[in-house]
Parts: sequence; structure tokens; C-alpha cells
Amino acid sequence: MSNVPVNNGRRRFLTAATSVVGGVGVVGVAVPFIGSWNPSARAKAAGAPVEVNVSKLEPGQLIRAEWRGKPVYVVRRSEEILAGLSAHNGQLKDPDSEKPQQPVYATNEFRSIKPEIMVALGVCTHLGCAPTYLKGNFEEQVEGVTDGFYCPCHGSKFDMAGRVFQSVPAPTNLMVPEHSFPTEGTLLIGVSGGEA
Amino acid sequence: MFSNLMAWIEQRLPLMDAMNKHAAQYPAPKNFNFWYVFGILASVVLVNQLLTGVWLTMNYEPSGDGAFASVEYIMRDVDYGWLLRYMHSTGASAFFVVVYMHMFRGMMYGSYQKPRELLWLFGMLIFLVLMAEAFMGYLLPWGNMSYWGAQVIISIFGAIPVIGDDLTLWIRGDYVISGATLNRFFALHVIALPLVLVVLVFLHILALHEVGSNNPDGTNIKKPKGSVPPEEQSKFAFHEQYTKKYDIVDAIPFHPYYTVKDLVAVVIFLIIFCGVMFFAPEGGGYFIEAPNFEPANGLKTPEHIAPVWYFGPFYTILRIIPDKLLGAIGMFGAIIALFMLPWCDRGVVKSLRYRCTAHTVNLIQFAICFIILGVLGTLPATPLNNMIGTIASFGYFGFFVAIWIYSKNEKTQPVPERVTGK
Repeated sequence: MSNVPVNNGRRRFLTAATSVVGGVGVVGVAVPFIGSWNPSARAKAAGAPVEVNVSKLEPGQLIRAEWRGKPVYVVRRSEEILAGLSAHNGQLKDPDSEKPQQPVYATNEFRSIKPEIMVALGVCTHLGCAPTYLKGNFEEQVEGVTDGFYCPCHGSKFDMAGRVFQSVPAPTNLMVPEHSFPTEGTLLIGVSGGEA
Repeated sequence: MFSNLMAWIEQRLPLMDAMNKHAAQYPAPKNFNFWYVFGILASVVLVNQLLTGVWLTMNYEPSGDGAFASVEYIMRDVDYGWLLRYMHSTGASAFFVVVYMHMFRGMMYGSYQKPRELLWLFGMLIFLVLMAEAFMGYLLPWGNMSYWGAQVIISIFGAIPVIGDDLTLWIRGDYVISGATLNRFFALHVIALPLVLVVLVFLHILALHEVGSNNPDGTNIKKPKGSVPPEEQSKFAFHEQYTKKYDIVDAIPFHPYYTVKDLVAVVIFLIIFCGVMFFAPEGGGYFIEAPNFEPANGLKTPEHIAPVWYFGPFYTILRIIPDKLLGAIGMFGAIIALFMLPWCDRGVVKSLRYRCTAHTVNLIQFAICFIILGVLGTLPATPLNNMIGTIASFGYFGFFVAIWIYSKNEKTQPVPERVTGK
């Protein structure tokens, strides 16, 4: 081998050039394999907005709508509940909704467009379980708060604006999806007002 | 005629030579004890999983609409379908039982120490792939616990900053777990991961045979060539790959001595395995959980989500930490710590028989903490359980910290030159 005339510089260059071109090829081939794991056109189309009739919703009543396969909680909150929301601000992780868990138009005291109608994804921000609505018996979870949501999986707790309590695994408030009210009694989940 | 054929093959592919190198003339220490049967048992279970798995795919339908019904079809209408499925589901739990025992053996006798670090790493990779296999396999029956278990585990990746949400969307292939997720998990479970697993097992065994088996005394059975008088060397003929460089002591050929011994273990194991499979295939709700007899329902979370028992220890670590990202880091950290064990342990004495008392205590507390974490993983997250879980997690990680500290200047007992036969 040592007596064979070899141009080492040229050999190194060719090896490096071949490796680089080969590497680019590998990356190129990887694109369709990785890309095929994205949601398909059919899955995206199934994510269309959902309409819910909220005109017959009683105070305190919760209805579950299904949007993109996820449960959306829609609750009509009573005057007392709305009035009591700010009382436990000190026990919350993000009382003023500073994290982007809601559209701009729901970044307010009640995290909603209409104060009385709460719209939030029933998907715990910890690991995605569906929190249970504890109507009137939330006090065994948090003293002094009568209503709220309790996640049975890992014990996360949320108030009636979907705001997360301190010392639970869930990091953020419940997600408020884009929504709007095209007419007085209809709620459209998945589209902001003005777009539809 | 036959010997001519064998010779013809041997000249073109040295099959007999390979058999001799890895079985009939492979020097195995003569003092293997009970703890050394789990490697073979793991191979037996692997074969069981591959065979029954292939047969299950013949009637299983990987789709969101058909999966649950097809599993019921296998259970009720396919001849022996129930048996094949229970062999597979019981096999999954049995796999983890034997693998955990196998790993604990390695920890007791220092089988991860130099020169067997790579062997340990291949073993840990097998463990990792096995967990992925089990997790994806558990989604396939498309029961409600399958669904929500997968939901919880995939959401863990959402804890990664910045890319987390897009990553979970990419893994699921949909906005929620759906038929798309089921199909890709099916592909990975039946094709991709088994291939990886078989290759890793192959490498694990090759790496083992390169450095040689450890033994309960942690002694070296390969002495420098010419250092042992012939009358003290092992009387058996070993492959020249081993005798060329070393004088072999205290060894017997793997075949027939250990194949016969392992056969006894296999028979006992299969008796227990059949006992579970025929009389308690659901394992009291631990092998197949009750909510999994309901079809997957994305709008209804089961009251109490518990992973299958073998994920319990890691799941407990995940949920006792009241922070999503840190919880995920803790859980993966528990596995990474195991990977790092050969470098956490700075000792030179392998077997716990000749190591300091602190090591024995440490190993026992580690085993106890691991079991406690496992039990807690199947129980609801009450404040008391979380407190016990926190203590046990400290015990788990403390093992690795403690071993790093005391192994530096450890007071050990003299290791015998030859195996003791205890």
C-alpha cells in the first residue's frame, strides 16, 4: 500500500465531497418520511368549526361540544360565580391570563367574550385528560371555592374561568379556543369573530 | 453424503465454527447461579412475542373503526385466537419481569463494569426499545385505557419548550389521538421496532461473547496465556478464539452444560407463565386494565389512569414533580441514570460479595424504592402517595449519587483468584 502512488489530498477531498453530497441526499430522502407523519389533508379538514346553541343553557349547566376530536366545555356562569372569580386570585398561577392560552379578545377578567358564557378546551394542560366539572362541591379541593374543575388523572385544579390553581402539575390555564357568536344564541367554536 | 454436504457448506459459510464459538466451545464460568437464567428466559419470551405477534396481525385490523372489534373477534371467533392474544399480552408482562431481574443481576454482580460497559449499553437500549414496543402495543386494542394512556404519554413530549406542541401533533398525525396514530403505532410495533430489537439482541450477545461472561464472584476466568499450569486449566476444549490468547480456568462449555440447566429454568418459567395465562390472563387488572374492555372514547377520561405495571416506577417519578417539564426530565433522567451506571460506579471490585457494606445497603434500598415507585404508579395520586413517592424517588436517584461517592475509595474485601463455587 505504501508504495502505491496516492494523492492523499485529492483522496481526502473526494471522500469529503462524496460524504457531503451523500449527506444532502439522506436529508432530502428523510423529508417525505418525516413529512408523512404530519396530519393529513383529511385530518385537517375534519378540524372545521363547530356550532353550538347556547340559548337554552341554564345557569351552572355544562355542555360538551366536540371540536377537532377534543371536548370543548361550554358553561353558563351565574352572577355569584362571576362575582366570586377575583376572590381567589392569590391562589392561582396565572390570575391575569398573561400566558397566551386564549385569544386576545378573551384576555380579560372572565377569559371570555360574554362574561356569562365560558368556553374552554376540556383538556388538562398537564397531560391531556378531561377535567371533571365539580358543580357546587369543589370545596373539598379548594377551600372557599364552590365550583371548579378537577382533573382525575393527576389532581390539577381549575376555577370557573379555567384558571389553574397553584401547587398542581398543570402548568397553564385551560386553553380557550378561538370562538365567536355569529348570532345572540349561537356559539361558533374554531373561528374568531369577523373571519366567518 | 451428509458429512460431505456439511463440509461443502462449512467451506462456504462456517456455520459449525460459529456454533462452536458461541455455544459448544464457549467458556462460561462454572459458578452461575439462579440469577443467570433470565437472559435465556428473555430470549424465550422474545420468540413467543414474535411468533404470537405475527399470528395476531393475521386477524387484527389496524384502524380506528375496526381495531377494537377485531380484537374481540380474535378473542371470540378465531380458533385459538384467545390463546394467541393471551400468550402475547402475558408475554409482555413476563418480558419485563425477566428483564428487570436480568438487570438487577447485572447490578448485583457488577456485570456493567469494565470491560462490559458496551454490553450494558446495548442491554439498556434493548430495555428502551422494549418500553417503546410495549407502549405502542398497548394502544392497538383501542380500548379506553389504551387511548388515554397514549394521550398522557404523548403529551409528555409537549413539555419540551418551543417545539413541544408541534412535536406532539407530528407524533399523533392528528389534533387528537386517532386512527392515524393507531396506524403508525401499528407499523412501528410490528415491523420497525421488532427489527431494531432483534438486531440489538444480536449485538448484545456478540458483545457478551467478545468480553466473556461475568460470574457471581466477579472474577476473571480468562488468565494471561501461560500463567496457569495445565493441570489447573479447565479440562474442556474451548474455541481457539478464546484459548489462543488466554488460559481458561473455572469454565464449562455453554452447550450442553448451561443449555441443559437453562432448560430446567425454561420449564419452570413456562409452568408459571401458563398458570398466569390460563387462570389470570388479565393479571387482576394489572396486565389488561378494566377500562380497556370499553372502546376508545376521546370525550371520556377513565376515572383513574394508571399505566401498565411495568411503567409504574417511571410514571410515579413523572407525576410527583409538580411541574410538567421537570416531571418529564425526571422520568427520562431515571432511565438515563441507568445508562450511566458503568460510569457512576468508580469501583474496581465487581460482585457485591466483596464490596463494602454500604454498597449492599444501597442496592437493597434501590430495589425497595423501585418496587415502591412501581406500586405507587398503579395507585391514585393522593397527597400521601405523592409524599411516599417523593421519598422513593430520592432513594432511586440517591443510589447513583451514593455509589459515585463511596466507590472512589471503597473498602473492599480481597477478591479470590478463582471462583468459590458458592
